[in-house]
Amino acid sequence: MTITAESLGKLKYFAGLEPQQLSNLPQLFKEKAFVKGQTIVAEADINENVHFVSSGVVKVFKTSSEGKEQIIKLIRPGESFNDIPVFNPGPSPYSAQALGNTLIYWIDKKDLLGLMRNNWAVTVNALSAVADQSRLLLQLVEDLSFKNVTGRVAKILLQHSTPGPEGTPRLTQYEMAAMAGTAREVVGRSLKALEDSGAIKLEGHRMIISNKEYLKQLAGLN
Amino acid sequence: MTIKPIFDQEKCDGCGLCVTVCRCGALEMQNNIVNIIEVAHCGWCMDCELVCSTGALQCPFEIVTLDT
Repeated sequence: MTITAESLGKLKYFAGLEPQQLSNLPQLFKEKAFVKGQTIVAEADINENVHFVSSGVVKVFKTSSEGKEQIIKLIRPGESFNDIPVFNPGPSPYSAQALGNTLIYWIDKKDLLGLMRNNWAVTVNALSAVADQSRLLLQLVEDLSFKNVTGRVAKILLQHSTPGPEGTPRLTQYEMAAMAGTAREVVGRSLKALEDSGAIKLEGHRMIISNKEYLKQLAGLN
Repeated sequence: MTIKPIFDQEKCDGCGLCVTVCRCGALEMQNNIVNIIEVAHCGWCMDCELVCSTGALQCPFEIVTLDT
């Protein structure tokens, strides 16, 4: 594991930089390998380092006081997380956990701001990354605030629970999300809510509707 | 027969993220191609589907109604 100009050039923050500009960067970064399930950043911690996924995948999420989890985004190779506390001082707004074996690079606030001061491309790339996150969060706000996703998911489950001519229909969470006009993460939350309420049971690849009347009520079919 | 995630090789870009997140060892990479091993303990966690950015791996649910 060695941070190189080439590996940093694959990060979105540093896209478009000349090889000579990249060659000065490795000394500003640190790296650490995380194993599956390990916490990289904990919500409310004071951590003013922007993190980058070099390999693997990271889940960023918020957890309610009751322990419910809302996935904000999956961070894939080349992408960044924990950018917010660098540009807006305060604690980390979410937790980040390695979903598999993951290699993370990070740079501290002072060094990143220095790079941005001297390199317009890095500044634009950083703004683009933060704007991407803002857009995603606004979509999530819209989905969670204005759409009755649980009702829509309930209706989808009822519509697809009758065996068709070729056997029992099967649906992925992505397909349900596309049907409900929302993100997979929001469908996952709705299915968890339905499971907690006893309306459905998840047994491996089988989703058992155990309270059809309640699902009908949620779907507005009563 | 064990139910396994559905894999579409044509959509797979060989990134290998699914293999790194698989909790039960059902997935492995062979010559840059994902291979799904018959594993009885696949708990249908759907992490492989979650991290797959190309839609090559799918974990569909069979939706069954209990007679109530």
